[in-house]
Amino acid sequence: MKMDFTKLFELIIAASIINNFVFTRFLGLCIFFGVSKRMETAVGMSITFTSVMMVSASVSWFVFNYLMIPLDITFLKIIIFIGIVAALVQASDTIMRKVAPDLYYKLGIYLALISTNCIILAVPLINAGEHYSFLESIAFGFGSGIGFALALIIMASIREKLELADVPAPFRGMPIAFVVTGLIALAFTGFSGLITI
Amino acid sequence: MSQQKKISYKELFLNGIVKENTIFKLALSLCPAIAVTSSLRNGFLMGVAVMFVQVMVNITISLMRSFIHPRIRLPIFMLVISGWVTITDMSMAAFAPDAYKQMGLYIQLIVAFASILARAEMFASKNNVMPSMFDGLGMGIGFMFALTVISFFRELLGKGALWGVSILNAKPLLIMVLPAGGFFAVGILMALFNWIDKRYISSTTTHH
Repeated sequence: MKMDFTKLFELIIAASIINNFVFTRFLGLCIFFGVSKRMETAVGMSITFTSVMMVSASVSWFVFNYLMIPLDITFLKIIIFIGIVAALVQASDTIMRKVAPDLYYKLGIYLALISTNCIILAVPLINAGEHYSFLESIAFGFGSGIGFALALIIMASIREKLELADVPAPFRGMPIAFVVTGLIALAFTGFSGLITI
Repeated sequence: MSQQKKISYKELFLNGIVKENTIFKLALSLCPAIAVTSSLRNGFLMGVAVMFVQVMVNITISLMRSFIHPRIRLPIFMLVISGWVTITDMSMAAFAPDAYKQMGLYIQLIVAFASILARAEMFASKNNVMPSMFDGLGMGIGFMFALTVISFFRELLGKGALWGVSILNAKPLLIMVLPAGGFFAVGILMALFNWIDKRYISSTTTHH
């Protein structure tokens, strides 16, 4: 049992810091550059992402292991996973509107953006590719979500300051955001080799 | 894009390459632009894969457009896209196994490209087959062009090589093939595109 916990903890650290989705795997960049302009949206987005990722990781684990492997249709995993994610997002949208309307008004707008996002789809695909167990899949989803949140919040706090800076005209907007991300990514390469799995 | 006036194939074609270049202008579908561009060959292959999917999706949707009920169009589009992505994914795994090992995940994630869905929704679902095909071709080539340029600079500076053949004897800048270098390369190339656009293109033609 103790072994398991160590493994899970390592997986979370690895997914969130060492193989950070944004800085070393380059996923979810559209959302990353799109919503990192303000701190408030960044926090809302992070919460929504982490929860959706964990749920979709667990649901797709069950579908993959108990439906797709026995029926021998793993080659359809792209179609099936995107269906699961879209259905899940739609469901959580409806449930949240009924159960927690306050939360829905704050976070509902981000839910709509999630359904076709590569980072959400990548979690089940990687889980299936690496043959993770159920707990490992959830840990991976959680770690990835935390890593994405970390990236978004760092970036949002830098960009709020960047608004006041005097940036050369051609670099204004997207290009300078890329250069800043490059610098953060450079810092994150320092984590590589921290844990080897 | 205005649907009223007749647009020539050439204009459609150039629109995707220059005016609405997916990466440099719209800043969409950025993930593979950085992830697979550390070598020219991978960048080029990714570009070809995206172009293929874009063209085939545009053709399929344009052929099907009169049968699709508007209310269920998005799920249908997603199904068509993921079908073509699966085909690309499997052919890539069969014919280019080495490259597939490095970029398999990103090929599968073409399905989540905002740009492909956007072209299907905005263009292919409203136009005939031929214009849709040219629109897809222009968009795809624009994407391929962007990926090729980025990976050209990254491989040349980072490894001193092109297409796996080393041509520079100088000590390479390792940072360019690291993740961080990808962000720097895209940022600097975007700034360059902005500068060229402002200086030479936008002054003569008006942006729609």
